[in-house]
Amino acid sequence: MVQRLQHILAIEPLTSEQITFILDQAKPFQEFQRYPLKKLATLRGKTVAIAFFESSTRTRISFTTAASRLGADTMNLQAESSSLKKGESLIDTVRTLEAMRPDGIVIRHAASGAPEFVAERLAIPVFNAGDGTHEHPTQGLLDALTIRDKKGTLESWNVTIVGDILHSRVARSNIHLLTKFGSKVTLCGPAMWVPPELEALAPNVRRVLRIEDALEGADVVLVLRVQTERIHEPAIAVEEYILQYQLTPERLRLARPEALVLHPGPMIRGLEIDPAVADGPQSCVLEQVTNGLAIRMALLYHLIGGAPADAPHPAKERTNAAD
Amino acid sequence: MLLIKNGRVLDPASKTDAAMDVLLDGDQIAKTGPNLSVPDAEIFDATGLVVAPGFIDLHCHLREPGQEMSETIATGTRAAARGGFTAVCCMPNTQPVNDNASVTRSIVERAAANAAVRVWPIGAASVGSKGEALAEIAAMKDAGIVAVSDDGKPVATARLMRQVMDYCNPLDLPVIDHCEDPSLFAGGVMREGAASVRLGLKGIPAQSESICVGRDVEMALLTGARLHIAHMSNAKSLEYVRSAKRVGLRVTCEVTPHHFTLTDEDVRYDARYKMNPPLASRADRDALIAGLVDGSVDAVATDHAPHHPASKDVEFDRAPFGITGFETALALALGELVHTNKLSLMRLVELFTTGPARVLGIERKIAAGQPADLTIFSTDRQWTFRASDSASKSRNTPFDGRAFRGAPVATIVAGRLAYRR
Repeated sequence: MVQRLQHILAIEPLTSEQITFILDQAKPFQEFQRYPLKKLATLRGKTVAIAFFESSTRTRISFTTAASRLGADTMNLQAESSSLKKGESLIDTVRTLEAMRPDGIVIRHAASGAPEFVAERLAIPVFNAGDGTHEHPTQGLLDALTIRDKKGTLESWNVTIVGDILHSRVARSNIHLLTKFGSKVTLCGPAMWVPPELEALAPNVRRVLRIEDALEGADVVLVLRVQTERIHEPAIAVEEYILQYQLTPERLRLARPEALVLHPGPMIRGLEIDPAVADGPQSCVLEQVTNGLAIRMALLYHLIGGAPADAPHPAKERTNAAD
Repeated sequence: MLLIKNGRVLDPASKTDAAMDVLLDGDQIAKTGPNLSVPDAEIFDATGLVVAPGFIDLHCHLREPGQEMSETIATGTRAAARGGFTAVCCMPNTQPVNDNASVTRSIVERAAANAAVRVWPIGAASVGSKGEALAEIAAMKDAGIVAVSDDGKPVATARLMRQVMDYCNPLDLPVIDHCEDPSLFAGGVMREGAASVRLGLKGIPAQSESICVGRDVEMALLTGARLHIAHMSNAKSLEYVRSAKRVGLRVTCEVTPHHFTLTDEDVRYDARYKMNPPLASRADRDALIAGLVDGSVDAVATDHAPHHPASKDVEFDRAPFGITGFETALALALGELVHTNKLSLMRLVELFTTGPARVLGIERKIAAGQPADLTIFSTDRQWTFRASDSASKSRNTPFDGRAFRGAPVATIVAGRLAYRR
């Protein structure tokens, strides 16, 4: 029996069984995105608070859409319009939201650990939509779903992640997730963004600083966005980064011929990735976006809906009813 | 008169470890010896207890004046008394900063009226601790400061450190430095290492501290002044202190209970684990313990840093640095160092008494004519620390709920019981 989740705060503490369960539950929701009528009644009457303390477009829209397609209502909080600017603390803000009786809260925050901090203090499920430079668990799950769909399994692949690993929550969630299934992860980027301590995050993690070496034999290449808003002092020259680390068609040829290219978005064409690769046959970036909806629907359904793990899947029921 | 009977007197200054009685008369020790009998004296039965010279804490924050929401001289010194401390040195980063004689005098006067134990202020090294002009150090010395420091921050530059040292040398005041390189510290919130990388918290490399310790030792070499390194947290810093001691420089250092107890692996998303310097690596923690054992470290100091509960109940990144420390210091030292057979009980007492006294250039011993400041403690009493029971106004400690073996039983200041369990 799979251990029931109370919150989704990070990938690190999850078991491979729990992850497989979430991915399996997301599968019917993936199909569901193709239906002409994209609305379930599963979470009708439930409310999901979407609290973004850091700007984001795609993750916020993805969670809001996922909740809406399950029939739930959403309440949106964005840092710009909140009382945070007036000096209210995080805990007071989320307690105020909780007093409006939502059934779950989705949090994006610039401080690592903020969702865990909130989860320890509220009685409702907390969904981490990205915390500082810690984790972005739903991104890790949607990347895993994409890889599993395309490759049939999550096991034993060589996955290369390129970019600012140290400051990437996407990288951390992917490293924890993929290594739990026995895949090997190679980290690549400018040396100060790929400190040796990253190799201690999980087994089968190695750092290879030359991109040509890092791509050799890769089954999956995950390109991280160069976070120009977070390029740390002292900054490195953008031209230098392009020269050293941009994923170009020539470099991609060093990976396995059927290698997948993933990018969490938003993508800056011509910086970390050559447009020809971004739009090429190996690119999965749009599937990733659709899979994000499926993963978030599965998590909202299970953590808020509270259905037993072996209950009939709502998206499947819907299929039958629609037919 | 108070007669302390049947205790085990541990006095590092005279290397005494013997069953002995101590007679206090007024604010002085009148007599020591076996089986003293004084008909009209009040008796304190210290059977099974250690009788030590009064503990001195070289490093604390009493938050008065200016931050009385977090602590006051009255509440802080009550917590100190419960921790066995008979004298505490309070850092100058109050509001206003203790950088002139009138602030010093006001602290001394408030302490005389409200404090449970002796309060020995430390003056700022520079005006406002801003790292520019020298503070009124000589005037503050006349008003009662025992050392200078810009604690909370390092003395800003090597040049300023040289001036402060040159100026303090003839005044015979130690210069205490909070060692940190701002360019390496750079907004970090915990020690850099595998744990900070895993948690995604911004790391501070060990070199942020050790570079500054190295700089200060060089300035001590240049000036010959007394230098004391505050809350030293890592092995590299300790090596600089050792090398300074080897060539006979007047360089001393202190280590806090949390740095010899916890490591960066203990850090969670809980601001009670956020302090500066941050919890270090396991190797550093072990090196600090070795330094406490071999005498390279001169004192245990608490860096008692109270913060109002609301200010710590925030995201890790946003929380202020610091934890409370008076009431758990002795129990942590006994539990981590003595009960584990790493440190002798005599050496422990030294780290709380003659060690810090030497840093301040004063005597501390149990002998006739000495001030009647004594700390009486049990090495075995079982108890559990509850932050909610603390005498401090603040609750920010990672040791809340920890079970201990060993505790202060009585704190005697100038012949009077400041605390009795």
